Amino acid sequence: MNPLLQRIQQTFSVGVTDLAEWRGDVAVTVSRDKLHEVAQFLHDDPGMDFDYIVHVSSVDWPDDEERFEVVWEFYSIRKRHRIRLKVRVPESDCVVDSLTDLWKGADFMEREVFDMMGIRFRNHPDLRRILMPDDYTEGYPLRKDFPLRGKGWRDTFDFLDEVPR
Amino acid sequence: MAFEDQRTTVYKINPERPESETLPTLRTEELLLNMGPQHPSTHGVLKVILELEGERLVKSTPVMGYLHRGVEKLAEDGTYHQFIPHTDRLDYVCAMYNNFAYCRAVEKLLNLQVPERAEYLRTIVAEVQRIIGHQFWLSAQALDIGVMTVFFYCFRDREILLDWFDELCGARLTTSWYRIGGVERDLTPSLIDKLKQFLNYFPPKIDEYQVFLEKNRIWLGRTKGVAVISAEDAVSFGLSGPVLRGSGVDYDLRKYEPYSAYPKCEFSVPVGKNGDTYDRYWIRVMELYESVKIIRQCLEQMQEGPIMADVPSVTLPPKERVFTNLESMIQQFKLFSQGFDAPPGEIYCGTEAHKGELGFYIVSTGGGKPYRLKIRAPSFVHMGAFDHMARGYMISDACTIFGTYDVVMGECDR
Repeated sequence: MNPLLQRIQQTFSVGVTDLAEWRGDVAVTVSRDKLHEVAQFLHDDPGMDFDYIVHVSSVDWPDDEERFEVVWEFYSIRKRHRIRLKVRVPESDCVVDSLTDLWKGADFMEREVFDMMGIRFRNHPDLRRILMPDDYTEGYPLRKDFPLRGKGWRDTFDFLDEVPR
Repeated sequence: MAFEDQRTTVYKINPERPESETLPTLRTEELLLNMGPQHPSTHGVLKVILELEGERLVKSTPVMGYLHRGVEKLAEDGTYHQFIPHTDRLDYVCAMYNNFAYCRAVEKLLNLQVPERAEYLRTIVAEVQRIIGHQFWLSAQALDIGVMTVFFYCFRDREILLDWFDELCGARLTTSWYRIGGVERDLTPSLIDKLKQFLNYFPPKIDEYQVFLEKNRIWLGRTKGVAVISAEDAVSFGLSGPVLRGSGVDYDLRKYEPYSAYPKCEFSVPVGKNGDTYDRYWIRVMELYESVKIIRQCLEQMQEGPIMADVPSVTLPPKERVFTNLESMIQQFKLFSQGFDAPPGEIYCGTEAHKGELGFYIVSTGGGKPYRLKIRAPSFVHMGAFDHMARGYMISDACTIFGTYDVVMGECDR
């Protein structure tokens, strides 16, 4: 087993729901209430030392009980290792802790997740839409139930009859 | 910050009048100014709302998304092969490196080995693309700051390489030359000759760019000490590429997570000290020399061999076989219409593009299409640090800061 995963398993007896390693990528799934604690550990612990945030992403699993998955990816500049931190969120209560207090770069990345997937981040300093317009009300584009061609005003377009030449 | 003492909140109309007289004062308040989205120096369509105190930036809020095309959503609807042309349109200045980063990510998902010659070809073309990217950056940044000559000199040399791309794959900008498992076609002897000529021609031209800039008082005045970011902040914001290395952090994926033919080449990674615009400029110019070095070594070391992995369930058959052989045609048709079966799982693969770390996070549930594809675009991440870096500088420095990130909005908004 990967030493990083071992260390995390030893430190957190409860709260860590899954540890995985595939194609050299290390991933940890934690429960929602433990998220900030684990992230703090990854950031501050000298053996972990994850000071660099790579990306924040989200995955939609519409058939699962806890529908959304929020994914953070970290890198350690000094130790040169990577880790992926995942947390599951149900649709009824789409809120997770923001990690902007630990990594400043999480600000824009979490705003993008909110914009695209509709997941709210607790204690985020400025949670607004970032790529879609501020007044966009048609939902969250990257959810699986959002149609590829968009929805809203485009549905009202009539097909034009063939123009006679 | 040093600008504090230069601020004046109350402006006296006539300072020579005695204090006892009641002086009229000018009301001061913060001014909101919209910069963009059609400003020439915002590199496409970026709007920034600037809060100003005099000409100093107090707060700036980037407004992005004017070029949002939903590329991540589109990826979920097409096969892995069909997404390659979409990656061209992310960072449309440097399409080759996007193709490269994407193909590497899919190969990591499939656990696919690429033949050695293809690795060398990939490295050569990626480095040519890095030269183009840095030339484009240098010309745009110099133009923003007010040095027009460099723009023409850079574009003159960039044109040679774009014509070289044209001969290589038939397109100058949206190239789509990389394929999953290899590359589309080999270098012809004429292309190799032209590249060798360019490698001899180019280094003196880099010196020329530097002569224009490094003795230019305007350039020095507008880059030295402008947009300084400390190493801790740069790391915390997730900056990458020359912007991070300018602050003295030695982080280059080509060195520390080596891929393709980079581990077989000798090159150094320039690292700055002060974290200002000048250091980031210096790093990029030094990288031009390094790229020339890498291409030279690759051309020397490269041996004959296949340019595409031989895994018929994934990789495309050679074009001449498609036109002459029925089975190859069926294989090509099936790969493009249904795609290949990717194993279920998730990977992240980062590649050092010339702007920074360009990464792809792919979630697969099996089948021919990605379930979720997330693009970690360096331009987007860099825009997150804009407010932090611009605070306290002048309005005119805002242009310098867009420039120093090398931001391309197609990649930022995706």
